Amino acid sequence: MISQLSWKIGGQQGEGVESTDRIFSTALNRLGYYLYGYRHFSSRIKGGHTNNKIRISTKPIRAISDDLDILVAFDQESIDLNAGELRPGGVVVADAKFSPTLPEGIQARLFAVPITAIAEELGTSLMKNMVASGASWALLGLPIEVFNKAVEEEFGRKGPAIVEKNIEAVRRGSEFVLEQAGGPLEEFKLEPADGVQKLFMIGNEAMALGSIAAGCRLMSAYPITPASEIMEYLIKKLPKFGGTVVQTEDEIAAVTMAIGANYGGVRTMTASAGPGLALMMEAIGLSGMTETPLVIIDTQRGGPSTGLPTKQEQSDINALIYGTHGEIPKLVIAPSTIEECFYDMIEAFNLAEQYQIPVIVATDLQLSLGKQSCDMLDYDSIKINRGKLIEGELPPLEEHRMFKRYEFTEDGVSPRVLPGMKYGIHHVTGVEHDQEGRPSENALNREKMMDKRLGKIKSLRITNAVKVHAEEPAADILIVAMGSTGGTIEEARERLSKDGVKTGHVTVRQMFPFPSEQLEPHLKSAKKVVVLENNATGQLANLIKQNIGYHDKIENVLKYDGTPFLPSEVYKACKELN
Amino acid sequence: MATFKEFRNNVKPNWCPGCGDFSVQAAIQRAAANVGLEPEEVAVISGIGCSGRISGYINAYGLHGIHGRALPIAQGVKLANRELTVIASGGDGDGFAIGMGHTVHAIRRNLNITYIVMDNQIYGLTKGQTSPRSAEGFKTKSTPEGSIESTLSPLEIALSAGATFVAQSFSSDLKQLTSLIEEGIKHQGFSLINVFSPCVTFNKVNTYDWFKENIVNLEQFPDYDPSNRVAAMNKIMETNGMLTGLIYQDKNRKSYEDLAVGFKEQGLAKQKLELSRADFDKLLTEFK
Repeated sequence: MISQLSWKIGGQQGEGVESTDRIFSTALNRLGYYLYGYRHFSSRIKGGHTNNKIRISTKPIRAISDDLDILVAFDQESIDLNAGELRPGGVVVADAKFSPTLPEGIQARLFAVPITAIAEELGTSLMKNMVASGASWALLGLPIEVFNKAVEEEFGRKGPAIVEKNIEAVRRGSEFVLEQAGGPLEEFKLEPADGVQKLFMIGNEAMALGSIAAGCRLMSAYPITPASEIMEYLIKKLPKFGGTVVQTEDEIAAVTMAIGANYGGVRTMTASAGPGLALMMEAIGLSGMTETPLVIIDTQRGGPSTGLPTKQEQSDINALIYGTHGEIPKLVIAPSTIEECFYDMIEAFNLAEQYQIPVIVATDLQLSLGKQSCDMLDYDSIKINRGKLIEGELPPLEEHRMFKRYEFTEDGVSPRVLPGMKYGIHHVTGVEHDQEGRPSENALNREKMMDKRLGKIKSLRITNAVKVHAEEPAADILIVAMGSTGGTIEEARERLSKDGVKTGHVTVRQMFPFPSEQLEPHLKSAKKVVVLENNATGQLANLIKQNIGYHDKIENVLKYDGTPFLPSEVYKACKELN
Repeated sequence: MATFKEFRNNVKPNWCPGCGDFSVQAAIQRAAANVGLEPEEVAVISGIGCSGRISGYINAYGLHGIHGRALPIAQGVKLANRELTVIASGGDGDGFAIGMGHTVHAIRRNLNITYIVMDNQIYGLTKGQTSPRSAEGFKTKSTPEGSIESTLSPLEIALSAGATFVAQSFSSDLKQLTSLIEEGIKHQGFSLINVFSPCVTFNKVNTYDWFKENIVNLEQFPDYDPSNRVAAMNKIMETNGMLTGLIYQDKNRKSYEDLAVGFKEQGLAKQKLELSRADFDKLLTEFK
C-alpha cells in the first residue's frame, strides 16, 4: 500500500478536463485524502493543450510532485508532452481512438480504452471524460459509490436520465480497463485516509469566503486572470446577505468605487492582478491620504505588461510597496496557505478599519488557483473589529465647525464617522488637510499630518508576520520564502535532512511595513540564507537586505519561467549552495 | 426642516470673482433645502479642478477625490448607503476627458445619483488649456493655433448611453438651475445636469454674454415632450447642444439599486456584518 500518488488528465482546452478533474477530486476529498492540484492552462477558451494534475496523499501536502503515476490522455499530444513525468511503472489511460503510443524510453503501462467509442455508443462523445475517469478510478480500486455520488451532483441539474447515462459511462470505462488490467493495480492501492472532513477549494474561493466572514458585503471589480473567481463566487453569495458585486468599466472605477463604499460604511473590496493593480495606484494613494479603509487582493501572475497571464510569478511586491506616488501608510501581506487565504482576509478587513489604511493581500497564481485540501475553517475565530468607528450619537458642533475626522491622537488614528450621522459632517480630500478635513498648505500642519499618517502603522504587525516552519538553531541553510512555495520547500527539506543538510525555513507573510525584528533573529543564527522566490530580481531578498542587512549571507534562488518550484529544484539548489 | 442657509459653511471658495461655479454652489444648496433634505443626509462627491472644490463649500458630507473619478466614488457611496442623497460634481475636463469612461458607464448603470457638470469649455485650474468641450478653432495655451479636434457632445452621448435624465442649464439662470437640480435629485435613477458655467479668467470666447446670445430655453417650445428620446436627440442636434431645460427623462426604468437582486431598502452600511454559524456552515457545504 502506498501513501500518495499523482494523477494527471490532459487534453484540448474545452474537452472536459476541468469537469473530470472536479468529479475525481471531489470523490477523493470525501474519502478524506489530502489533495493538491495544479492547472496548466493557456489564455484562450477552446483548443490548446491543457492538463490538471492532482496529488493524492494520506498526509497533508502543499506542493505539486516532481513525478507522475497515472496519466489520462485524450490525445497523443497529452502523452507526448507529459509522459516524461511518469515514473517507471506508471500508467497511461488513453483513448484507443487515436491509437496511442508511448514515446521512446518511457517505461509505463499503456491502457488503450475505447473512450470515445463507448461514449458515442451511449449517445454522445461528450461523455468520454466520464469513461476515462471511471477507468482511472477503477485502477485505484477505490469505492465506486463515492465516485458515482460526485457524478450525480455534477449532472444532477440536467435530470436523472443524464445522470444515469454518465454513471453508465463510468461503469463501462471501469469494466473495460479492469478486464485489461486483470483487476485494480496493487501497486496503486492507497492506504485508507484519516477520515477527517476537509474542504477542497482554490485560494480565490478561500479569500472570497473569508471576505464574507469578515463582513464584506460589496465588491467592485474588473475581470482578470487569475482573480475573476473571487468576483464570480461573491456575486453568487453576496445577494443572500444584502450585498452585491459590481463589474466596473475598469480597475480605476473598481478601486475608487470601493473607496467610496468604504467611506460610506460598507466593508468593500476589489481584486485584480498586476495590470489592474498598476491602474489602481493613484487611488490607493487617495485611500492612504484620506485614511479611508480599503482592501485589495492582488493575485500575482507573470508580468510585466500582459506577461504570462496564466502562469505563476511573485513579482508585484515592489509595485505594491512602492507603486503609489508620495508617501502613505499601507499594509501589504501575503498569505502562504489556503487556510491563511481565509483567515488573512478577516484580519485584512479588521486592520483596514482599525488603522484606516489600504490593505493589499497578495497571493500568487498557484495559491489562487491551485485546488487543494483545506483544514476545516473555524467559525469561532471570526472576530470583527471596526476600530474607532463611532456608532453612537455625537454632541452638537459649534457653529461653522466640522467634526474632527483627522484629529491628532496619540496613536495617530482618529475617530471616524459615516455619512448620514448628525453632527458628524466633515470634509474628506486628497489635498493635504487640517483636522476637520479642510484643505491646508500650512507647513506645520503638513508635517504633523504626515507624521500622524505614517506613524500609525510603524508597529503594525499581522498575526505571524514571519511564520516559522522549523526552528533550526544551527542550520546550514535558512530558507526564506513567501506565498505558495512553503509546501514545496518542506518536501525539499525532508530530502535535504536525509542527506545531512540542516535547514531552517521561515515564510515572510508581511511585506510592508517589513517585520524586521521578527525575521532578524533567524537570519542571525543561520550560516547561509537562501531566499527563494518566483521572480527574476529577488524582490524579497532585496527587502531583507534593505531593511535588515546580511548581504554576505544571502543567496537568491529564483525561478521565473512561469511554473511553480518543484521539490527537486529546491533540493538541488540548496545542495549546490551548501 | 433645513433651509438653504444650513447648507452653507464658512469656507470661502477659491474661485475667481464672477466664476459661474458660485451659482452652481448656491443652486445645490437651495435645491437640497427645497426637496426637504438635512445636511447630514447629503454627500457631495467631487473631482479635481476648480469646480471640484465645490464639495468643500457646502455644509454636507463631502469627498474631494481624484481627477476624473468622482462618479465611481459617488456610486460606491450610494451602494454603501442608498438612504443618502448623493451628488457627484466636477468640471468638463473631469467628466468628459479623463473621466469620460466612467461617465458613460455610470449612465448605463443608472444608480440613483445626480451628476452636475460645471462646463466652462476650458481647463481653468491648470491655467487655460483646451477641453473636449472647446469649440474647433478655439485658441488656448495647449492649442495656440486653435483646437483641431471636434467638440464632444455630452448630451448626445448621454442619450445614446441610455441616460434616464438629461438636463442642461446656465449659471446665470439660478431659478432654472435650482429647479433642474431638484428634479434630478427626485429622479429615481442617474441624472446628468450639464451646466454652462463660464470661466471669466481663461475663456474669453464663451462668456456670459455669449451664452445669453446663443442658448435656447426649451420653454420656448411648448409642445416639447421630454419623454420622447428621438425628439430629444433631434432637439440637441438642431440647437447644436445650446439648449437649456429638461431635455429627456425616462420615469419607467428602474434604478440599479432596485434591479440588483437581494439589495434591500435599508442602507447596506446599516446592516449587520456578522455571519451566523448556520450561514457559515451552509457556505462550506459546496467545498466538502
